[in-house]
Amino acid sequence: MFANTFHLKTGLAALAVSAAAVLPPVSAQAQDVVNVYSSRQPFLIEPLLDAFTEETGIETEVLFLREGLEDRVAAEGENSPADVILTVDIGRLINTKEAGVTQAVENDEINANIPEQYRDPEGHWFGVTTRGRVIYASKDRVEQDTITYEELADPKWKGRICTRSGQAMYNIALFASMIAHHGEEEAEEWMKGLKANLARKPDGNDRAQAQAIYAGECDLGIGNTYYVGLMMNNEEEPEQKDWADAIKVLFPNSEDRGTHVNISGMALAKHAPNQENALKLMEFLSGPEAQAIYAERNFEYPVHPDGEVSETVQSFGEIKPDTLSLDEVAKHRKAASEMVDRVGLDDGPES
Amino acid sequence: MSSFTLREPPPVHAPRAGRTRRQRHPLTLAVATLVAIVVLLPIATVIIIALSGTGADWPHLARYVLPQSLLTTVVLLFLVALGSGVTGVGCAWLVVAYDFPLRRTFAWALVLPLAVPPYLSAYAYGEFFHYVGPVQTALRALFGFERSTDYWFPEIRSTPGAAIVMSSVTFPYVYLTARVVFIMQGRNIADVARTLGAGPARVFRRVLVPVARPAIVAGLALVLMETLNDIGAVEFLGVRTLTLSVYSTWLNRGSLEGAAQIAIVMLFFVLGLLFAEQAARRKQRFHSARATQMKARPPRIPLSGWRAAAACAIATFPVLAGFGIPLAVFGRYALNRLHQFAEPALGEALATSVVIAFATAMLAVGVALLLLYAVQVARSSMMHLLVRFATIGYALPGTILGLGLMISLARFDNFFDALARDYAGFSTGLLLTGSATAVVLACSIRFLALAEGAIRAGMEKLPPNLDEAARSLGRSAPRSAATVLLPLLQPAILTAAILVFVDTVKELSATILLRPFGFNTLATYVYENASRGAPEEGAVAALVIIATSIVPVILLSRPLMRDRDA
Repeated sequence: MFANTFHLKTGLAALAVSAAAVLPPVSAQAQDVVNVYSSRQPFLIEPLLDAFTEETGIETEVLFLREGLEDRVAAEGENSPADVILTVDIGRLINTKEAGVTQAVENDEINANIPEQYRDPEGHWFGVTTRGRVIYASKDRVEQDTITYEELADPKWKGRICTRSGQAMYNIALFASMIAHHGEEEAEEWMKGLKANLARKPDGNDRAQAQAIYAGECDLGIGNTYYVGLMMNNEEEPEQKDWADAIKVLFPNSEDRGTHVNISGMALAKHAPNQENALKLMEFLSGPEAQAIYAERNFEYPVHPDGEVSETVQSFGEIKPDTLSLDEVAKHRKAASEMVDRVGLDDGPES
Repeated sequence: MSSFTLREPPPVHAPRAGRTRRQRHPLTLAVATLVAIVVLLPIATVIIIALSGTGADWPHLARYVLPQSLLTTVVLLFLVALGSGVTGVGCAWLVVAYDFPLRRTFAWALVLPLAVPPYLSAYAYGEFFHYVGPVQTALRALFGFERSTDYWFPEIRSTPGAAIVMSSVTFPYVYLTARVVFIMQGRNIADVARTLGAGPARVFRRVLVPVARPAIVAGLALVLMETLNDIGAVEFLGVRTLTLSVYSTWLNRGSLEGAAQIAIVMLFFVLGLLFAEQAARRKQRFHSARATQMKARPPRIPLSGWRAAAACAIATFPVLAGFGIPLAVFGRYALNRLHQFAEPALGEALATSVVIAFATAMLAVGVALLLLYAVQVARSSMMHLLVRFATIGYALPGTILGLGLMISLARFDNFFDALARDYAGFSTGLLLTGSATAVVLACSIRFLALAEGAIRAGMEKLPPNLDEAARSLGRSAPRSAATVLLPLLQPAILTAAILVFVDTVKELSATILLRPFGFNTLATYVYENASRGAPEEGAVAALVIIATSIVPVILLSRPLMRDRDA
């Protein structure tokens, strides 16, 4: 009768444990709630959602997930609790649409708040903020105050440029815009020139490029605008203020097509259980109050035509965004990613 | 004196000599097979995704990505094997065979690096050895350099750099497994060899390393699988391994199929590793016949003077590298953010981590015991293979394994929900993927290799005649297992549970993919805090992760110290 004691015990223990671990699933269909799946940082969207709850009384639940967000919504299918999807980068927004997990929104208020250039023609995604992909230049060692992306391939910068990995999504979008403007062949020549000018193997994040300029490892870096704002205002690591102080922000191509910008955006989930609340949240995020919070907290550019840029960001100078539609740019992402491999950008200058 | 025996393992198919009653255990086998299938579910899903791809990515991958990333991966694996192998075996021998000041402290301190997740260690190294970090700043002050071009300094963001980071946090796997063998039989064999006239270096090389080889290889297999699945450290250090290619194919080129196909290439690596491990085990098996007589061993060789100082230095170095540097870097950042220690969210994350890690440890150990037991009673090569396959998930990037599990579980959830709606008239929603069950399952499957490895090592150390004796006295196989083997396996089970617990506390990629709303473990909490592009924001929680793992990690070295190593 004890024949099965051993595996019985094991089995029971395992069962009991897994049963104990089953926390009750969150009820997704509760009244007056909106579920947000976000690849945007919690610290950043918290103040926005708090303001939303205060104004409407609708509670928010947030799931922060960077890689695999759209795969998760797709896997969850009809039972997905997701209402609103928040994400960064045009490529991610388009992937989300292509994964078939979004639905079209035709809403006059949202459309009035967000310029056409920053939203999907079919209404599957909307940009809420923009950020420029700019050049960080050493104050001491770089004299010129204007620059173009094309110029980064000029041999005069040999051994002087730093960047993060070419496969980082913001670089992919920038390279895709180069392909969109110049065609694949010319863009590839340009990328080879950029590679030859690198000071070191691409690595780190955008801030690390500013740090490298401060350290004298290079004279130019490629980075997003808001990182400069974050470094300038970093009270906890004051040394980052020194890094920001070592650089000036150059807006590339200000004199011709304009600076490449990327967006953060939102989409309505296909099977949103709380659709009405979801739309209210989307209206709110495109509205003036939320846009001001975005600008002040994270030093991004609001998409709302009347949105105010923070003082810090104003100090960089005026941005003139490239007007080519992001939808068009994003079509070349795959080609850009393959080009980075082909050219071997991430191998650094020597190879 | 204890002795060791050298013998061939019994052939898989032939029933053992003298065993007249061929017992069948249909229930055990059925349950074990079912469990193995569940464990294999994520890998199977990844394979299905890979096969569903058109192969359109391959011309590009084969030409520009795989040659380079395969080479980088092989070089990295080789360097990590070398680094953690030499460190682990060397330190194990040092603390077992010699006596020097603080030896007992080093015996457990050398396990501490296990508490540090590789992604945190990589960040700490990046900061510590950076131009503006303490090392280079000191060098500049010392020699009067002014710019980075004035002097040469090794680049930590490189393949060798990544190998140092990975070795520094993974060598304890080798240290732990090698030390057990050295404690159990090393000194006795060494003494025999020495009385026969062999010098210490020769004893180590010709006698001890071969004796410990299966254990060393088992430890190295874990080290290499952890190196293969790592994404956080290699990404930060700019080392383009296969895992990194999986990510860029998936995220930048929008091809989950292509990513899954690279993941399958990685599985071949693992099969190669497992094969090597198997081969190392097959050649030799050692049993200490009578463990109780070990007390009569001769004392350790005492070291004094400069030799003692050198021993201390050698043992200090890996502790500093794997534990000291990360602790110093995050400790400094944490000083600026002491208020974060009081945040209720941190306490909740700690509680969640402990509950999830505990549940995962129990489940993984239970599954490992069941599967290993099934292998033992079944003696079928099919069951054996199934169990080997069940543990290879450890080598896949956590996100890919998590995706595989998520997709299959969500299928089940939606299927079950449809059934409930049709026949019972209510919706069950997402039963598994909507709750923490998915996280526990994912971590259990991911870390099954750790539990299985530790318990199998324990089983192999047991003299086979114990089980045979119990059986010849009329006990059935399960009863013998429950009353004789299980109690004897307790240390191995504890080791297995602790390894899984610690790795679950550190686990990030599968947890973040599968967690429900409002669910934070310490690792996801660090990630959320660090996600503003400033990893130092996660410093406080990172310290709590390290602290949470220290207690079990110290426990890990205790059972050995108590009776034999003291």
